[in-house]
Amino acid sequence: MRAITVKVGLASCGIAAGADAVYRRLESYLIESSKMVQLKRTGCIGMCFEEPIVEFDGGDLGRVTLGKVEPKQIIHLLEEYLSDRMPKTNLILADQHDAKHNPLMASQMRIVLKNCGVIDPQSIEEYEETGGYQALKQALSMRPYAVIDLVKASGLRGRGGAGFPTGLKWDFAFEQPGPKKYVICNADEGDPGAFMDRSLLEGDPHRIIEGMLIGAYAMGADEGYIYCRAEYPLAIKHLRIAIQAAIEKNYLGPNIMGTDFSFTLHIKEGAGAFVCGEETALMHSIEGLRGMPTLRPPYPAESGLWGKPTNINNVETWANVPWIILNGPQAFRAIGTQQSPGTKVFALAGKVVGSGLIEVPMGISIRDIIYKVGGGIKDGKKFKAIQLGGPSGGCIPEELLDTTVDYDSINATGAIMGSGGMVVMDEDTCMVDVAKYFLHFTQNESCGKCTFCRIGTRRMLEILDRISQGKGETEDIQRLQELAQNINQGSLCGLGQSAPNPVITTLRYFRDEYEAHIVEKKCPTQVCVDLLTYTIDKDKCMGCHVCALRCPVKCISGKRKQPHVIDPAMCIKCDSCYKSCRFDAVVKA
Amino acid sequence: MLENTDKLDALIQKYQGQEGILIPLLQEAQELYGHINKELMLYLSAKTEIPAAEIFGVATFYSMFKLKAQGRHVIKICKGTACHVSDVDSIKFALIEQLKLRPGEDTTSDMRFTLVEVACLGCCSLAPVIMIDDKTYGKLAPEDIVGILANYS
Repeated sequence: MRAITVKVGLASCGIAAGADAVYRRLESYLIESSKMVQLKRTGCIGMCFEEPIVEFDGGDLGRVTLGKVEPKQIIHLLEEYLSDRMPKTNLILADQHDAKHNPLMASQMRIVLKNCGVIDPQSIEEYEETGGYQALKQALSMRPYAVIDLVKASGLRGRGGAGFPTGLKWDFAFEQPGPKKYVICNADEGDPGAFMDRSLLEGDPHRIIEGMLIGAYAMGADEGYIYCRAEYPLAIKHLRIAIQAAIEKNYLGPNIMGTDFSFTLHIKEGAGAFVCGEETALMHSIEGLRGMPTLRPPYPAESGLWGKPTNINNVETWANVPWIILNGPQAFRAIGTQQSPGTKVFALAGKVVGSGLIEVPMGISIRDIIYKVGGGIKDGKKFKAIQLGGPSGGCIPEELLDTTVDYDSINATGAIMGSGGMVVMDEDTCMVDVAKYFLHFTQNESCGKCTFCRIGTRRMLEILDRISQGKGETEDIQRLQELAQNINQGSLCGLGQSAPNPVITTLRYFRDEYEAHIVEKKCPTQVCVDLLTYTIDKDKCMGCHVCALRCPVKCISGKRKQPHVIDPAMCIKCDSCYKSCRFDAVVKA
Repeated sequence: MLENTDKLDALIQKYQGQEGILIPLLQEAQELYGHINKELMLYLSAKTEIPAAEIFGVATFYSMFKLKAQGRHVIKICKGTACHVSDVDSIKFALIEQLKLRPGEDTTSDMRFTLVEVACLGCCSLAPVIMIDDKTYGKLAPEDIVGILANYS
C-alpha cells in the first residue's frame, strides 16, 4: 500500500473557517476504516480565501489541493482520491507548489514561507528534515564576527517596516561590552490588516528560533525574548512546543550542540497595546512597566532591556537569517533589488479575489501583486487604492500602481513598506472614512506621553468626524495639514510621527473626495451615513410594506399597495429598507 | 475584603523576587478573579511592595486588563482594516440590537455577554470577523447573528 498523506491547514484562519471540524471528521474516519493514510496538520497554506484547505499527496494523482472543504464532503473526496479519481468539486490545483499550474503562485518566491503550510509546525523532526538547524550548526563553526559580516553582505533590511540594515544593527550590539546581552523577537504584530507574523509563528516556529540563535551567537547574547501578542494564542502554543523540543534536542539551553554557546529563550505575552511594537516601549513592557517609548539615543544596542545591550528584530527578519547562512549572501542578493534584496511577505486582504499570505521578490510592482498574485478585484469592481503599512502607512492610488515593492520607492509615495499589511480598497470605499478609521486607531493607541500625539491626533479626528458629518469647513484641509506636520515633528516615537500619514496620503491622492464632503456635503461612495438621505421612489414602490416591517424605528408609513414614505426626521439610516426592497424603490443619495 | 486568596498567594510566591513580574502577575490574577478591581490591586501592592499607583497605571494602560466584571462570554468585534472596509459596523449594530445594549453599556444585564471592539484579529481574508470566547466567526452578515448567539447560554 502506498503512503498517502492528508494535510489539513490548521492556522488560525483555517480553524476560523472550520478546518478543525474537517480534521476531526478525517481523524475519526481513519481510525474506523484502518486505511493506510497519514493525517497531518500544517500551518497557513497561504490561500486564505479558499480555507478550509486540505491537501492529498502520495497517490497516483500526485499532490491535489482542495479548498472550501466541508466536513460532510471530506470523506467522499478522500475516497475519490484513493481510487485515483480526481475530485470534481473543491479542486484548487493539482500540484500546489508547481508554479506552472498555478498563476497565483507563479509570481511568488518562498524563502521565509518555505515550510509554511508544508510541514507540521509541532514537529521539530519535520523542520530538521527540511534542513532545519543546519544553518545554526554552520554558524557555530564560524567566528561570531564572520556571521555578522555575512548578514551585512546579504544586504538584509529590517522587515518590521523601517528597513534598517540588519547586519549593521547586529554590529552595534556586537561592539558593546558584555557579558550580559539580550536579543528580542518583536512579534507584537499590531497593525490592523496584517497577519504575516502570526502565520509564520504558527506555521514554522523553529525558523524564528533558529534565526534568533544565530543572531545571539553572533552578537554574544545568552538570553532572548519573543514578545508576542496575546491575541495570537495558537502562535504562542506552537512557540512553547517548539522551545521545549529545541531544549530536548540541545538547540537551546547550555552548551548548544557541544559548543561553549548557551542560550535561554523566553516567551513574553503582550497585554494589548499597539505602541508596544515600538522597540523601547516593548522593552519597558517586558520589564513589567507601562509600554511607553523613551528617547533614543541611547539605542537598545547600548542600553536596552534592563539597561543591557539589546538587539530587537522583527519575526520575518529573524526568519530570513537561516536561509542567508545556508545559501550565502550572493544568493540572497540575486533576489530582489540592489537596495532591497530578498523577498517580502505580505498579508493581502480587503477587496481582492485571492486574499492570503504571499511572499514576493522585492522589485515586483504593486500592480502585479494585486492582479497576478491576488487575482484582481473582487466582484468585478473597480480598484481605488491599496493601503500599505497600517496606521503608519498610506494609501497608494491607481496611477501609482506600477510602483515597485522596495523600501525607497514605497516611501516616495508617502506610504511605507511597513511590516506587510496590504489592504485593497475598491470603488465602494470612502477615503475620508479610511483616514478617519486610522486616526481613530492611533488616537486610541497613543500612549499619551507626547502632547502632539495625544492631543493633536484627537483634534485631527474631530475635524475628520466633522467632515464626514457634513459639517466640514473649507479651512479644515489646511488645518489637517498643519496638525499633521506638527504631530510628525513633535512626537517622540514612530507611532506619533507616522500617525498623520493616512490623512496626508489620502489628502494628496483623493482630495476631491474631501472636497465633495466639505463643499457639496456628499459622500461619493455613500459610506458616510450622516450625508445620506433615504427616500422612496413613488413610481417604483408597490406598497408591499416589507420595508416598513423591517424598519427598526418605524419611520416608514403607507397603506398596502400604495407608495410608502420615509420620515427623514426619524430615519436612522440603518439601510434595512434599502436592502429589503425588491423593487429598487428605496433611493439613497 | 478580598476572599479566597490561597491561589493568589501561591501566584505571588511564584513570582517573588523576579524582575518584570507585574504584567504576568496581573494576567494570572485576572484569570483567577475575572477582573482586577481596586481591592485586588491594593492586596497585590501590599504583598509585592509594588506601589498601588504603579499597578493601577499598568492595569489601565493595557487593553487586556479588565477593571469591571465581564459577562460569561466575551464577544470581540474585529476592527481591523479589512473588516472595516467590509462593513463590520453592520455586524456591530446587529449585535447591539440583539443584546439590547444601551449606549455606554458593554455587558448585558444578565451577565451573559460582554461586547468589546478589538484591533485586528488577524483573519483578514474572512472579514468581517467576530470572536466569541475562543471561537472565530468569519464572512458574517448581520442576519447570522441571532443564530450564532443562540449557541451560548
